[in-house]
Amino acid sequence: MSSTPQSDVVGLVSPKTGVHWIPVIGLEVHCQLKTWTKLFCGCRNEFGAPPNSLTCPVCTAQPGALPVLNREALDLALRTALALGADVAPRSKFDRKNYFYCDLPKGYQISQFDQPYCKGGGITLSSGKRVRLTRIHLEEDAGKAIHDRGPTTLVDLNRAGVPLIESVSEADMQTSQEAFEYLSTLKQLLQYVGASDCDMEKGSLRCDVNISVHPAGEPWRTKVELKNLNSFRNVQAAIEYEIVRQVEAYESGDPARMPVQETRLFDAVAGLTRSMRKKEDAHDYRYFPEPDLPPITVGAEMLERQRAMLPEMPPARRERYQAALGLSAYDAGVLTAERPLAEFFETVARLSNRPKEASNWITNELLRCLSDPELEPTSIDELPFRPHDMALLIEMVEAGALSVQAGRKVLRAMFQTGKSPKELASSLGLEQISDTSALEGWCREALVGKDKIIADVKAGKTKAVGALVGPVMKASKGSANPQLVQEILLRIIAEG
Amino acid sequence: MTESKATSSGPSSQQPDVLHIARLARLAIDPAKSAELGAQFARILAAFQVLSTLDVEGIEPMTRPTDTTDVLREDRERPSLAIEAALANAPARVENFYSVPKTVGGEL
Amino acid sequence: MSPAATAQDACAMAGAFQRGERSAERNVLEAFERLDAAEPRLQAFAGTQRERALSQARALDRDRAQGISAGVLAGVPVALKSNMCWQGVEAHCGSRILAGYKPPYTATFVERLIAAGAIPIGMTNMDEFAMGSSGENSAFGVARNPWDLARTPGGSSSGSAAAVAAGIVPIALGSDTGGSVRQPAAFCGIAGFKPTYGRVSRYGLIAFGSSLDQVSPFARSLRDIELVCHVISGVDAADSTTAQLPPMEIEAGDLRGLRIGVPAEYFPPQLAPEVRKVYDAAKARLLELGAQLVDVRLPHTEYAIPTYYVVATAEASSNLARYEGIRYGLRVEGDGSLQGMFAATRAAGFGAEVQRRILLGTYVLSSGYYDAWYNRALRVRRLLRRDFDTAFEQVDLIIGPTTPTAAFRLGEKTSDPVAMYLSDVMTAPISLAGLPGLSLPCGFVEQDGVSLPLGLQIIGPALSDPLVLRAGRSFEEATDHHRRRPDLAQLQAVRA
Repeated sequence: MSSTPQSDVVGLVSPKTGVHWIPVIGLEVHCQLKTWTKLFCGCRNEFGAPPNSLTCPVCTAQPGALPVLNREALDLALRTALALGADVAPRSKFDRKNYFYCDLPKGYQISQFDQPYCKGGGITLSSGKRVRLTRIHLEEDAGKAIHDRGPTTLVDLNRAGVPLIESVSEADMQTSQEAFEYLSTLKQLLQYVGASDCDMEKGSLRCDVNISVHPAGEPWRTKVELKNLNSFRNVQAAIEYEIVRQVEAYESGDPARMPVQETRLFDAVAGLTRSMRKKEDAHDYRYFPEPDLPPITVGAEMLERQRAMLPEMPPARRERYQAALGLSAYDAGVLTAERPLAEFFETVARLSNRPKEASNWITNELLRCLSDPELEPTSIDELPFRPHDMALLIEMVEAGALSVQAGRKVLRAMFQTGKSPKELASSLGLEQISDTSALEGWCREALVGKDKIIADVKAGKTKAVGALVGPVMKASKGSANPQLVQEILLRIIAEG
Repeated sequence: MTESKATSSGPSSQQPDVLHIARLARLAIDPAKSAELGAQFARILAAFQVLSTLDVEGIEPMTRPTDTTDVLREDRERPSLAIEAALANAPARVENFYSVPKTVGGEL
Repeated sequence: MSPAATAQDACAMAGAFQRGERSAERNVLEAFERLDAAEPRLQAFAGTQRERALSQARALDRDRAQGISAGVLAGVPVALKSNMCWQGVEAHCGSRILAGYKPPYTATFVERLIAAGAIPIGMTNMDEFAMGSSGENSAFGVARNPWDLARTPGGSSSGSAAAVAAGIVPIALGSDTGGSVRQPAAFCGIAGFKPTYGRVSRYGLIAFGSSLDQVSPFARSLRDIELVCHVISGVDAADSTTAQLPPMEIEAGDLRGLRIGVPAEYFPPQLAPEVRKVYDAAKARLLELGAQLVDVRLPHTEYAIPTYYVVATAEASSNLARYEGIRYGLRVEGDGSLQGMFAATRAAGFGAEVQRRILLGTYVLSSGYYDAWYNRALRVRRLLRRDFDTAFEQVDLIIGPTTPTAAFRLGEKTSDPVAMYLSDVMTAPISLAGLPGLSLPCGFVEQDGVSLPLGLQIIGPALSDPLVLRAGRSFEEATDHHRRRPDLAQLQAVRA
C-alpha cells in the first residue's frame, strides 16, 4: 500500500477495506535566527566553531550569571511574524521550562509558554490552501550532545543560547506534499526576511511532525510525534511511511499495534519510523514566569518600523513581475525563489530596460551556469560580476553585437574571470558584425553566380537563401550576424 | 498553566508523593528516609495552609516586585571565555568537551 | 583585644588614606592581624586572600604616591559573602556541591567595589545557598556571634555580620533574600541594609530567589552604608532586573517632620516585655527627633512567611538545577547513567535544608499544584505589597523590630525547620514587596547574663533608599547603641 495520492484523493483508500483514511498533519519548526550573537549573551552565534570556544558565564550557566535579551533577535522575530501575517502580542514574557539534560546548562530553558510573542497567521500553498499557524515563540537553543564519539557522551555548548523561533502550525495539512511545500515556503519567507538560513544540514531549521489518521467523516484519532527528520525529503518520506503504518495498524485490529501517543524517530536508511524508548513519566516542565527577564511590549510604532524593514515578499513580488513586467507565472516563480536572485534580476531588468530578455537570460543561462559543477560560483552571492555586466551582455546580444551562442560563451567566461562582456567578447573574438555595409559587401560576393538560388527565392522558396549564409559567415570569419545576413541576402535578391 | 487540582478552596493537604517530587528534582532519596521526609514535608505544608484561607479573587499574580519592561541589548559581540577557562572547573573532560555518562539520546 | 584594635569606620579609613596618614597596606595587615586573633573562635571566614589583598593594597599605595586619584573607598578592607563571584577565588556558598569552585568571572558589584579602591580580604561563612537564619546550615564553618559565642550571629550572611561586629573589617557584603542581612545585623548590633529590589546588580551573586535577592552591605555606621551603596548601586547592563537609575546619592536631612508608621502587626503580644521596652524607647527617641508616629495596619503580615517560602523555594528549585556535576562542582557517578549521576551528585552535594527547599519548590510548581500553591502565593504577594502601598499613602516610613527576639543559641532551632522559618516574620514581607529595609542597633536586652543587641527596622517605599538611610543616620547620630562593642577578649578564651 502506498500513500501517494491517486489523482485528487487525499490520504489513501485502503485496498483491504475500502475505507478512505484522511491524514491530519501539523508541523513544529524550530529556526535559528541569524543574529550576530546569542539570544541572552554576547557570544557569537556561529555554526562549526571549535567546541566550547563560543561560551561565557551566561550560556554555560555559571553560578550568578544572568540573561539579557538580544534586540536583533526580537526584531527578526517580529519581522517574521509580520511576513507570516501573525498577530503580534502587545505584551509577552519569558518562562522557564524546567528539565534535566546534559545539553541544558541551567537545568531549564528560557522559552515562552502562555504569552508567546505572536499568534495566528499562516502560509498559503500553491493550491490556494491556507495552512494556519497557531503561534510562534522565542526561545534559546540547547547545546550539542555527541553520543557516537567514545565511551562517554561529549557536550559542546557553542550552540547553547542561540536564538530560536518555534512555529507551530495547526493540523491543517493532509499530504506529505503539502508538508514539503509548507516547509519550502516557510524557508523561503524566512530567508527573504533575513531571519534565518533555514539550513537543515547546519541545524538552523529543525522539524517535528505531528500526525494522525482517521476514516473520512469520523473524529480525529491519536496523534504521533515524529522526530529526527534531517531534510525536507525525509519529512516527506517519514510522513508517507507513518500514514501507511498507522492505517495498517488500525486495520489489523491487533490491540498491541494500536497507535499510541508517543514519539517516533525516523530511520532514514531503513525508511521507517521507530518508537523511542518509553519514558516512565511524561514531562512535568513546571513552567513559571522567568523572574530574571522583564516582559516585552510591542507598540504600533515599533511594529511599523519593523514592517518598513521587510522586503517585498514573494507573493507580492510575483504579482508585480507578471502585471508590471509581463513575465509568465512560471518565470516569476523561478526569479522570486530566492531574494538575492530576485534583486539581481530587478537590477538587471532596470539597467537594461528589457525585463523579458533579462528574465530569459537569468532563468535559463545564469541559473544553468550556477548549477554547472565546472563553474565555481554556486550562488548569486558569489558572482564575480555585477548586474551591470549582465545588463550589458543582454544589450550586446539585442543590438546584434553578439550572437546568442556567443553570448552564452561570454557569460561562461564572465563566471570564470569576472571580466566585462565587452572585454571578453573582444578577447575571445566573438564579436558579431552587424554593420550592414560590411555585410552587404560579402553578401553580394556570395550571390555571384548563384542564379539558381536567386531564382528559387524569387519563386517563393526563401529558405533556399540559407545555403548562402555559410559562405558569408566564412568570409567574415564567423563574425557576421547570421539573421542580418539572411535579411540582407533576401533584400538584395528582391531589389535586383 | 497546568491544570489546577484543587478548587478555589486552595491547596490540598494530602501528604505529597515525596519520591515523585525527588525524581522531578533529580535528588536521590534514601527510600528508608522517605517516610520521615514526607511527614516533615506535610508538616511544613500544613503550616503554610493558611494561604488557602485568603480570598484572592481578581488579584493578579506578582512575579517580580518591579514593573520595568523591555530591557534589551545590542547585537554586539562580547569576548567569550577562552576554552581552557570555560572547561577549567569541569569534573570530567575529554579534549575540549564536557564528558558525561553515555545517553541513548533525548531526555531520559 | 582592646577596642582600639578594631577597625575604624570606612569613611575614616578612606579619609586617612587620601590624606596619606594611613597606607592601604597597613590597613590590610592590621585587618589580617585582627582576623587571625579572632578567627579560630569566630569562624567568620571561609577563606582569606592575603596575597591578592596585599598586592592590591600596595598598588593603591603606589598610585597614591604618584598622585593618581583614588576611589571613595580606597584603602578600606572589606569582606565578601561566599556566594559572590570574584574571579579565581573559591565561592562555595557554604555547600559541598561547590567546594573548590572558582568563578571564571567577577560580579559587577565586586568590580565596582574594587574600582572604588576597596580591598576584599576574604570570603565569609554562610548558610548553604543562603538558605537559613543562623549560619548552621553550612557544610563548612559556622560563624559565631561576637556578643556571645554560643549564639548565632544570624543568617544566612552569618560570617559577614560577625566580621564587621568583631571589628575585623568595617564593611562586609551580604545578600538578603528574606532577611539574611537585616536579621544578622540586628543580632550583631550593626547596621545592615537591603536596597530596593533592582537598585544593585545581582550579576555575580549566586542566585537563591531571583525576584528577592539583593546584595546588601553591613557596616558599623550609616555613613559607611551610604558610601558602599553609592559605590555598588546603579543600572547594570549585565542584569536585566536592575532599575534604570544611576548610583544612589546620599541625602542630607534629618527626621523632623517625617511621618513614621507603626504597624500593630509588628508589635504582637508575643514580644517579650524587655524587648518591647527597647522599642518603646526607640519610638520615644524618634519623637524627640521630630518625627511623627502614626498607627498603620499591614493586615496580611501573617501570610508573609508561607508566601515567602513558596515563592523563594520555587525560584530556588529552578536556580539550583544547574548543580548537576557537568560543568563545575561536585560530581558523584551514582548508578552510571546520566540522570543517576545528577541524582547522586545532588543528594551528596546539597545539605538537608537545601534539599528540603528544593523539594518544596519543585512541589509548588508541579503539575496540579501550580495554581493552588505558587500562583496563589504570587497573588498574596501582591496583597502584601498593596498593604505597604496603602500605608505609604499616610506615612513616609515604617518601623518595627527587625526580629521578635535577640540572637538565639546555636542548636536551639535546628530540629524544627518551621521554627527557623518564623525568624523571618518581620523581614520577609519587605523582601516580597521589593522595598528598601534597614536594620540598625537600637538597644540591648539582658539574657543569661549577656547583653544582646536588638535592631530597629526602617522600611521605605520603593526607591526611597536615600530617605531610609538618612532617617537611619539621624537616629544613629542621636543614640550610641552602635558605639558599643562586644567583649572580644572572650574570643581568646576556650569556649564550648
